[in-house]
Amino acid sequence: MSEPQNSGARNTILSKLRASRDAHPVPPVASDFTVLREKRWDPAERLERIKRLMEAVHTEFIEATEQDWPAVVQDFLAREGARTLLFAPATPDGAALAKGWTANQPELVPYDGEVETFKERLFDGIDAGITSTLGAIAETGSLVLWPTAEEPRLLSLVPHMHLALLRADQLHDTLWQVMTEKGWAAGMPTNALLISGPSKTADIEQTLAYGVHGPKRLVVVIIK
Amino acid sequence: MEQSTRAIPPRPESVYYFGTCLVDLFYPEAGMAGIDLLKAQGIRVVFPQGQSCCGQPAYNSGYRDEALKVARAQLDFFPGDWPIVVPSGSCAGMMHKHWPDLFKGEPDEARARQVAARVWELTQFLVHVLNVTFEDQGEPVRITWHASCHAQREMGVVDEPKALLRQLANVELVELQREKECCGFGGTFAVRHPEISAAMVGDKVADIEGTGAKSVVSGDCGCLMNINGALDAGQKPVRGVHIAQFLKERTNG
Amino acid sequence: MVESSVNFAKASSAALKDPQLRANFRRAMDGLMSKRAVQFADTAEWNGVRTLAASVRMRALSKLPELLEQLEANCTKNGIQVHWASTTDEANAIVLSIMQRVNAKLVVKGKSMVTEEMHLNAFLEQHGIESLESDLGEYIVQLDEAMPSHIIMPAIHMNTKQIAHLFKQKIKEAEYTEDVAQLTDLARRVLRRKFATADVGMSGVNAAVAQTGTLCLIENEGNGRMCTTVPPVHIAVMGLEKVVEKLEDVPPIISLLPRSATGQPITTYVNMITSPRKPGEKDGPREIHLVILDNGRSNVYADAELRDTLRCIRCGACMNHCPVYTKVGGHAYEAPYPGPIGKILVPQMEGLAKRGEMPHACTMCNACVEICPVKIPIVEIMGRLRAEAVHPGNAVKDAGARGSKAEAMVWKGWSTTYASPTAYRFATALLAKLGNAAPSSLPLLKEWTNVRSKPRFAARTLHDLAREKGIPDV
Repeated sequence: MSEPQNSGARNTILSKLRASRDAHPVPPVASDFTVLREKRWDPAERLERIKRLMEAVHTEFIEATEQDWPAVVQDFLAREGARTLLFAPATPDGAALAKGWTANQPELVPYDGEVETFKERLFDGIDAGITSTLGAIAETGSLVLWPTAEEPRLLSLVPHMHLALLRADQLHDTLWQVMTEKGWAAGMPTNALLISGPSKTADIEQTLAYGVHGPKRLVVVIIK
Repeated sequence: MEQSTRAIPPRPESVYYFGTCLVDLFYPEAGMAGIDLLKAQGIRVVFPQGQSCCGQPAYNSGYRDEALKVARAQLDFFPGDWPIVVPSGSCAGMMHKHWPDLFKGEPDEARARQVAARVWELTQFLVHVLNVTFEDQGEPVRITWHASCHAQREMGVVDEPKALLRQLANVELVELQREKECCGFGGTFAVRHPEISAAMVGDKVADIEGTGAKSVVSGDCGCLMNINGALDAGQKPVRGVHIAQFLKERTNG
Repeated sequence: MVESSVNFAKASSAALKDPQLRANFRRAMDGLMSKRAVQFADTAEWNGVRTLAASVRMRALSKLPELLEQLEANCTKNGIQVHWASTTDEANAIVLSIMQRVNAKLVVKGKSMVTEEMHLNAFLEQHGIESLESDLGEYIVQLDEAMPSHIIMPAIHMNTKQIAHLFKQKIKEAEYTEDVAQLTDLARRVLRRKFATADVGMSGVNAAVAQTGTLCLIENEGNGRMCTTVPPVHIAVMGLEKVVEKLEDVPPIISLLPRSATGQPITTYVNMITSPRKPGEKDGPREIHLVILDNGRSNVYADAELRDTLRCIRCGACMNHCPVYTKVGGHAYEAPYPGPIGKILVPQMEGLAKRGEMPHACTMCNACVEICPVKIPIVEIMGRLRAEAVHPGNAVKDAGARGSKAEAMVWKGWSTTYASPTAYRFATALLAKLGNAAPSSLPLLKEWTNVRSKPRFAARTLHDLAREKGIPDV
């Protein structure tokens, strides 16, 4: 880690900016966040809105309860013909999944080592991955994820299908509200994510196609 | 997009009329039609003979001192505290919106601002200040409306002209598919980038033809010069007409 | 015309003669405009969020040097290494030295307009490093050895058939197909192997948060997340204006950018990166580098009025709504940033000698101003640059380079005539009498009559008519 830090460029740039700013100061503009603060949905409406927005971009929804979701997920994957499911064994959801899994069909694959140890299998031998979420956002129909050491980042990205657990009591109105109410600025994780559907592109003549680099399918498991 | 929200003054007895240099040289009958429409509403119209141009051609070409010189020469001719009505959204926009910038820091800035604040685009004035109603005297006809960029986006005049046209019982107004898209005039742009301008007016002409209208009505003579020039060169049967002239003809004003 | 200048008229002429290209753009831009309009049907909401987003950008610019220092300090604290580059050469050198240290052979890139400014791909290829674009549109353009024609949709100038032929020709395993899903799947297969084996991932930055040292990236495809998560090293490059003060300043930008750009309520992924892989974490890059590039931006910042150019969040909506862009497409600009924002940004970055014509490729229709989500006064800046181009001064590089004595004389003569009622009356009388005799072969008239009939001077001016009809003068 020995690249030149270009302190020359740094000082040139900053002193030039400072001189320009001081020559033509602009009073800082106040920002009125009322428009975001006032974006509220009735709690009953939130889930409907999230489903509507996410289904519009090909997200699938299945419903389950806190007791039966591992079985619901297993049934679903069996029906879809998935052979492997990557999961996070050290999270509470991962533990519940493993506990509720029967006959190892599809095969449960734990993401428990550094990615370098199984990159090839991750990219070529995994059909689906399952993660928890920190809830969802009604305004845009977005899942909130904070990957952790126990639940790594690529779980929700590399497998062809991403299953995401969404607790029906963790629905928020806007990103701004989640961020400010939960005090994100006090400690951001390595990676914070919003996911609003399966991977998509419209780069070929504006025709929507799903599954260009990330998951081809996003399945939200709503736990009521 | 954003309709103007400026305060509406009480109905005046007199107004100034700023004809604009393009109308003066190429479309004087449209200019006169505007004057006649105002007179028909019982308004005394004053046309200061010393007027020439708002300065926009030089301003948009980067010659601001020259624009200022011409704009400044206009200030003397509007001494009374009456509205100044302009049969062009573009020239009205230059005076109303850009003069305050053009005169910034000049000794006569306050005076220029005072004049600028009194500037109205013709249809805006007819609708909001005079609340005109027209009775159609003409034969049934289908027309379309071309919105000038500066009327829409500098003066906030969007619905007014169409509202006036819709008052005419025998006039069927068919809107363009891309009503808000520029016709490609742009002052010196038309000769500086003639091929792009040609493509733009080409799309506009196709859009106009698609409506099946007999006339395309507009509120700016720059657009009309461009559109009519292209319609004529392309030997199309449709013609453009200034809204003042159209309204006058339809109402025997 | 200045010798070294970029000839926009000539480049656009070629584009205008390509009916396929024109049809591709017309269709695409019409679609994008109507999709955007649906997203902003609620005018009060649009006005509110737009005012907020503009204030966020203006506030950031009002404290720009301090925020950049704060960003650097917080990134460094988080383990992100910060580098500064005054020029694109310096930025390229920084990127190369990182790559050489880690012995990189293959780089995968997410979409980044700043790396287009740097011509980074060509630079890395010269040094034996394969630099692969992974955004589908950028990938297509790279296969075609072309430049992006739009900052959001790089391959918008091509239709499916053209892309199908390109894939067949350039990708070994490709079967010819015009099925978009199959074409997309082919790119998926090719690029997944590359993500898995790349030594370095590169990305741009949509917003960098000074308060937390966070880099925000938005995208739909997942390639941005791949590039910033899979390879062991991530290098992000950003223009120095991309900083915002607080984390809560990000939502207004995210709210407007995708809706303005493509008419979607949000992109599939919003990716906020605050540190490299921490001990115990199982994936993510072990190193993150942030290269902060100036490349003329500090010059833009120096002028109080031109500074507003730097508010831009690169949504590309101004292109979609520009009647000139929609006719000629992006390549005609021969610049990394086409369309209205390009017409004000590129001349300031590259100078008016080379780019002085760009601000004139505009009818000043204000369609871009109407939809700009951060309220950049694009047309006012355009007018200002036109003035700078013909008047020597210090505000913009090569100010005055476009001035000509002849043109200055014309405007001087014009203003003298139009500022004097007597001279004006004399001139208009002359034109009314003789103007129509002017041959169409005269300069300016020749350009005008290319596709239009000659305008006819009226026999009597409005001044004449008003006098005759007894319209009072005072």
